Amino acid sequence: MPQLLLELFSEEIPARMQAGAARDLERMAREHLAAAGFLPEALKTFAGPRRLTLVAEGLPIAQADRKEELKGPRVGAPPQAMEGFLRKAGLTQDQLVERDGVYMAFIDKKGRPTAQIVAEMVEAIVRAFPWPKSMTWGTSKLRWVRPLKRILCVLDREVVPFAIEGVESGDVTEGHRFMRVGRGWGGQPFKARDFDEYQKGLIDHFVVLDVEERKARILEGCKTLCFARNLELVEDQGLLEEVAGLAEWPTPVLGDMDPAFLDLPGEVIRTSMRTHQKYFAVRKPDGEGLAPHFITIANVQAADGGKVIAEGNAKVLSSRLSDARFFWDEDVKVGFAPWLDKLDGVTFHAKLGTMAERVDRITILAREIAEILQAQGLDIDLDKAQQAARLAKADLASQMVGEFPELQGLMGGYYARAVEMDLDIAAAIRDHYKPQGPADAVPTAPLSATVALADKLDTLVSFFAIDEKPTGSKDPYALRRAALGIIRIILDNGLRISIISLARKVVYELEGQDFLRGLNKDAQGYDKLLEAGVARDTVQRLSDDQMTILMDRVSQRWDTLKLDEAIGAFFEDRLKVTLKDQGKRHDLVDAVFALGDDDLVRIVARVEALDGFLKTDDGKNLLAGYKRASNILKAEEKKGWKAEGERGLLDDASGPEVQLHDALRLVEPALAAALAREDFTAAMQELAGLRGPVDAFLDGVFVNSEVAAERDNRLKTLAAVRDAMGRVADFGLVAG
Amino acid sequence: MPAEKPKSFQSLILTLHDYWSAQGCVILQPHDIEVGAGTLHPATVLRALGPKPWNAAYVQPSRRPGDGRYGENPNRLQHYYQYQVILKPNPPNMQDLYLGSLEAIGLDLRTHDIRFVEDDWENPTVGAWGLGWEVWCDGMEVSQYTYFQQVGGLDVSPVAGELTYGLERLAMYVFGVDNVYDLPFNDPDAPLGHLTYGDVFLENERQHSEANFHGYDVAVLKRQFEDMEQQVPLMLARDYQGKSLVLPAYDMVLKASHLFNLMNARGAIAVAERASYIGRIRDLCKLCASAWVEQQEAA
Repeated sequence: MPQLLLELFSEEIPARMQAGAARDLERMAREHLAAAGFLPEALKTFAGPRRLTLVAEGLPIAQADRKEELKGPRVGAPPQAMEGFLRKAGLTQDQLVERDGVYMAFIDKKGRPTAQIVAEMVEAIVRAFPWPKSMTWGTSKLRWVRPLKRILCVLDREVVPFAIEGVESGDVTEGHRFMRVGRGWGGQPFKARDFDEYQKGLIDHFVVLDVEERKARILEGCKTLCFARNLELVEDQGLLEEVAGLAEWPTPVLGDMDPAFLDLPGEVIRTSMRTHQKYFAVRKPDGEGLAPHFITIANVQAADGGKVIAEGNAKVLSSRLSDARFFWDEDVKVGFAPWLDKLDGVTFHAKLGTMAERVDRITILAREIAEILQAQGLDIDLDKAQQAARLAKADLASQMVGEFPELQGLMGGYYARAVEMDLDIAAAIRDHYKPQGPADAVPTAPLSATVALADKLDTLVSFFAIDEKPTGSKDPYALRRAALGIIRIILDNGLRISIISLARKVVYELEGQDFLRGLNKDAQGYDKLLEAGVARDTVQRLSDDQMTILMDRVSQRWDTLKLDEAIGAFFEDRLKVTLKDQGKRHDLVDAVFALGDDDLVRIVARVEALDGFLKTDDGKNLLAGYKRASNILKAEEKKGWKAEGERGLLDDASGPEVQLHDALRLVEPALAAALAREDFTAAMQELAGLRGPVDAFLDGVFVNSEVAAERDNRLKTLAAVRDAMGRVADFGLVAG
Repeated sequence: MPAEKPKSFQSLILTLHDYWSAQGCVILQPHDIEVGAGTLHPATVLRALGPKPWNAAYVQPSRRPGDGRYGENPNRLQHYYQYQVILKPNPPNMQDLYLGSLEAIGLDLRTHDIRFVEDDWENPTVGAWGLGWEVWCDGMEVSQYTYFQQVGGLDVSPVAGELTYGLERLAMYVFGVDNVYDLPFNDPDAPLGHLTYGDVFLENERQHSEANFHGYDVAVLKRQFEDMEQQVPLMLARDYQGKSLVLPAYDMVLKASHLFNLMNARGAIAVAERASYIGRIRDLCKLCASAWVEQQEAA
């Protein structure tokens, strides 16, 4: 069966776009082929620095002939309808067949040659290709990621002839941009009429087609170089992907770095290597820091073994690291105080004020959290928490972080230690962005966890407070990540915190700052207030009247945006994701969240106890009993029944009714006690005691008695069961 | 191409002149107004626009007041040279022509590692952007290669290809010099005597650095900026033989732009003001670009 080979050869395609382009090419080709009725036996695409390639196996040489059935107008329809139909079908009326009162046309469609379909397909794909950014060049009207130079298109070893805006298809491509057999440099053209010839031609002309092979070649080359020098490669998957998109004949070259730079933090050296130069770092095998070398992935296999390339790159690296050293020295000289001043001039968000204002909020919030944790017996110094929060963002104004934004926090930590700051504070500055992703560690030191929480809560609540919630796939401020971070910090450290009351605090600070900005126009300056040091409470200097206005604004913003619901629901969703990863059912999270709690530790404890309980026989049966009871109650409540007055035991009550009554009297106080000490497993066990009596009651007692008092009391009994269980979770939301 | 390797900064420039001249470029001289980059020369910004073909190459002294280091940094200068090539429409073999120019100045393309690394160029002050690459030689950026898509907020059609070589950096690489001031300005064996880049420019760097950071009077700069800003529309409104005075108007935009850079180096522009100043310059530039295209299309 015929094979289709297509190559779109262009000037250098940005590395970051290549993988997506290979996927898009495959998807579009499959769609086009399927629309033509083709199902290739195999279809594969490749992307590299200068070419997108597609090979499809097992296409027919032409489409099969088809009979097309067209439904025409009804018999007796107006003549205009008939005329229109005949025009569309290209037939005359005598060629139509009458079936069930409708004119039908049966048209024989001759299958078209595959080559023709391929030519149309390629043009359609090229014209509609979804490059993230595309351009025009010269006088061409075509858009492509960079100028498109050649199209190789062969089907069954024959050229599929077509041209797109002057680029003609053919059976010729070219090899490596520089490397060639013999002297000189430059891409050598060669012919390929099928995929085997194409692959062989590429290898002969120094091009590795498959990105996976390029990656393997890079890793293998790096490891060989390392082995020879007794070094270890610092692996970096993102960098590997990128450099594999930058070279058609990737050739690792090891270069030397001036060992004097090794006194810079390893992260700085690696970041400089990676972001500026796309080098791999290497380390000594004992794992003690970086080694004074680097590996660059060249595109050419140079005759001198890469000596010139290594020297040139080493020189560039030296000047990069000299810059880094300069930044380090300057930063250490300048220190934190001037950076804090600079944050005043940095807008965080048009509606949320400056970075300095954000730091004020985080500082107040961190102290508040520290107070809560201290009250719970955690060893945490309030002043240190405040100081760490105040300094956490300072490094954003440092030169090093200006150059390498990804080193934020980390550099603050280094600089704090360089100026011999308290080590706990330095660690809190360093770790307060953590966890940055699912694989990142959660800060465990109380001070670090406190500042990390304050930072993330401020981000999340601030954006909610200006109605910038994530929607669908859009989460420009990474609020989901912030929420997951908060959840992990709280749960991993077992911190007992009410998220909603802290959220309210953030809104209060936001409004307070806004209010003070308004006052700034008057004599009383906002700056002056801040100069006075960290206010325990930004707005404590307001008069009573001002305070009333401010509190009104807080409530208004809170209520208009329904922030408690919005934030609660957001955390509920995120917690479901977290717990789902641990195999917990999401309906149990719903059932517990329905109680309105916002203490994540308690919520998770409840979910876990509930999960365990529902796995027992008692649990399963009691859940079934709950549903029956609640259905009965719902039906009656719809008719207007309400539990009024005390539940008692009527004189002629007997058997199951008495049993359940007694059981409730025992369970209720024990349940309350277990809940009070937050022993949810014990609470579940208490509920288990209701299982037998509830079953017996539901099976043996006729609730809807004709005696009104009996009926009322029996309903009250069921309501008491529902209430007791409802104190543990909303069992109505549990599936099953 | 067995080219004789240039031996000095000036012969590197002459080699590039020869090379691009042979390709059919007009070899221009620098524009006589302070600019921040070779792109701003009217031979690029204005000539890139409109339907007429245009191939030119020139050296442009470029001023970046904030980059001055009093002659103490071996890599940073507040005044340096860019070599600029503009080809409209860009020829299909522009990449090969560019690589040929590297070979002409003595780089062996099979011993060095030349790479085209994605870089989407934009210059917000002139409302210009394009797609292309930074060209790396052994890890060092030696040129900027751009297919202009828009200039002055207008589509560039046909597309012009722009090459910008950082001459000092390229020369340092070609001559294996670590400090820009050690570059041989003319041939080390020149019969009338040899001068280094430092002999020619070190004092300039010192004095201008001081002027840029401390010398200029901010109030004067601000006034001059506003004067220029006001002059541009007046110049554009003036009719001479049926055309507005777009070329002089554009010169004033350049002056305003340089005054802005000076104010910026003096630290006189707050972060919040920056965007507004850039916007003002861009608006002026757009006015000139539109007027220019109108004249080109009418001609």
